[in-house]
Amino acid sequence: MLARHEDRALAPARVDHLLIANLIKPGARVLDVGCGDGALLQLLSDRKDVDARGVEIERERVNACVARGLSVIQGDADQDLDAYPDDAFDYAILSLTIQATRNPRKVLSNLLRIGRHAIVSFPNFGHWRVRTKLLMTGRMPVTEHLPDTWYDTPNAHLCTIKDFADLCRLVDARVERAVAFNAWGQQLGTWVRLPLTIHNLLGEKAVFLLSRRPGKK
Amino acid sequence: MASVTIEPSRGTAPGTQATPSPEALKRTALEEAISPTSPSVTFPASEPLELDCGKSIGPFTVAYETAGTLNATKTNAILLCHALTMDQYFFRTNPVTGKPGWWIDMIGPGKPIDTNRFFVICANILGGCMGSTGPVSINPATQLHYGLDFPVITIRDMVRAQVRLIDHLGIDRLFAVLGGSMGGMQVLEWAAHFGDRVHCAVPIATAAWHSAQNIAFHEVGRQAVMADPEWAQGRYQAEGRVPRRGLAVARMAAHITYLSEAALHAKFGRNLQDRDSRTFSFSADFQVESYLRHQGSTFVDRFDANSYLYITRAMDYFDLAGEFDGVLANAFRGTKTRFCVVSFTSDWLYPTHESRKIVQALNAVAANVSFVEVESDKGHDAFLLEEPVFFRTISGFINSAASRHGIAPARSAA
Repeated sequence: MLARHEDRALAPARVDHLLIANLIKPGARVLDVGCGDGALLQLLSDRKDVDARGVEIERERVNACVARGLSVIQGDADQDLDAYPDDAFDYAILSLTIQATRNPRKVLSNLLRIGRHAIVSFPNFGHWRVRTKLLMTGRMPVTEHLPDTWYDTPNAHLCTIKDFADLCRLVDARVERAVAFNAWGQQLGTWVRLPLTIHNLLGEKAVFLLSRRPGKK
Repeated sequence: MASVTIEPSRGTAPGTQATPSPEALKRTALEEAISPTSPSVTFPASEPLELDCGKSIGPFTVAYETAGTLNATKTNAILLCHALTMDQYFFRTNPVTGKPGWWIDMIGPGKPIDTNRFFVICANILGGCMGSTGPVSINPATQLHYGLDFPVITIRDMVRAQVRLIDHLGIDRLFAVLGGSMGGMQVLEWAAHFGDRVHCAVPIATAAWHSAQNIAFHEVGRQAVMADPEWAQGRYQAEGRVPRRGLAVARMAAHITYLSEAALHAKFGRNLQDRDSRTFSFSADFQVESYLRHQGSTFVDRFDANSYLYITRAMDYFDLAGEFDGVLANAFRGTKTRFCVVSFTSDWLYPTHESRKIVQALNAVAANVSFVEVESDKGHDAFLLEEPVFFRTISGFINSAASRHGIAPARSAA
């Protein structure tokens, strides 16, 4: 389920992980869907004393997580989220995974159902470098953050920041915060408020903190 | 509990004496069933065990073994629940077979479950034949072996007997309950009915119910036993007979279900046994036939046929959801227990999808659960073999939970 670039930046803590950690209140109940090798779970457990659980599709990664004492199940964002009850977690996280799910809309709806908040990060397909590659070469872009060729990639549903904002509206999610990171891992618009179009052009990754609109399930 | 009697019986505690050679220790299965070498506790008739079938049994004995030391606060106890044909000899040499304990690869000093850190208890199940009360025990009412007068028991009844043992040992709360196959069913019963006494539950290679296919295999085994004239309607002991052939066939059929096609192929292929060509007869031409016959005949020397009938029946009756209005999640509602569910890829007796059902039920109540599917070609038996990934999983889960629970790390072996 995870794009392979997740492997490449583990220690020290990734900027998007640090940002996610800052969004989460200490002691919260957290589900990390597509938790990979458990780096974010470990970070949250260590720094935020959260009740952290994970779901991961790849068997070896699950085994590694459980062997280091994390509560992780082998499962699939597309199939295994249905079993969780409403409001089971304070935060349901989907870190660089939504683009690899079969049904992103259903997955996002499920996240908003089982978590009081959802935190979603994803690679931005609207980044200028991706656009330029497609324009100049006429081929599916292969970049540092999207390293796989089209026939090898697990990413079935790549999207831009604007696309994702549209999906949020569609599933009645309220965007509490949205942050984009440039190619150097710096947060965009720290000093100046930038329009969405600029985020969509310069952001290589984005993190959205969402909540369900009242009365919606 | 004042009326409880302990029979330390013949041996002293494991590890306190020079171990005699296994052959010198060897006892017959019947001797061990009537008077176990291991410690045991007998609960008097005034404290009978109430059973699911509506009957009760008393007096009754629970034979058990331990390894490691219970700490002062009694927080480091792990209950090990054994599988169908196993027994309490997980650690010490089995007095009947002379073989090493069945889980010494997993449990011991410096092992994944370190006996320098934990106090591990394993009781022979109710209905078993290694010293706990079962069909081979003497019925006080008749002074004969119970045989078919033994009440039909359930997995939950086995757990009820274990609860009495744990009470007797003065332990309020178990750090962990751990078991594979039928042992995993007991783990689930513990978590469902005594969750407040279980900090961690580790059901391995198991299911929350017995499937039609599993019931079917058991029925073949039982029919094989009962079709043997030596079974004598279950009164074979009184008549001085042993249903060897029936029980051996039951074991042979069951043994196939513990393996996998890949494991059988890798081990035997179509190789012939001690011969260069087919004999055009029904002797054991193939190695796999010879192997199965050996498995069957050695099993008969250590296991009681009626016990086999009763225990397989208990497994067939197992349906945890059925105990909770048909909704498995209800079994775990409000649970504070941490779970680690383990399955093996080539296990077709308790396949991964059965474990996944347990995990989904636990997710439905937002329980703290880990779930690992271990890749192995060894079939159901993989949980008894040294599988490094499996060992790392158990070790990681148990030891990190123990640290969070405040159990001191293993004392270094001085």
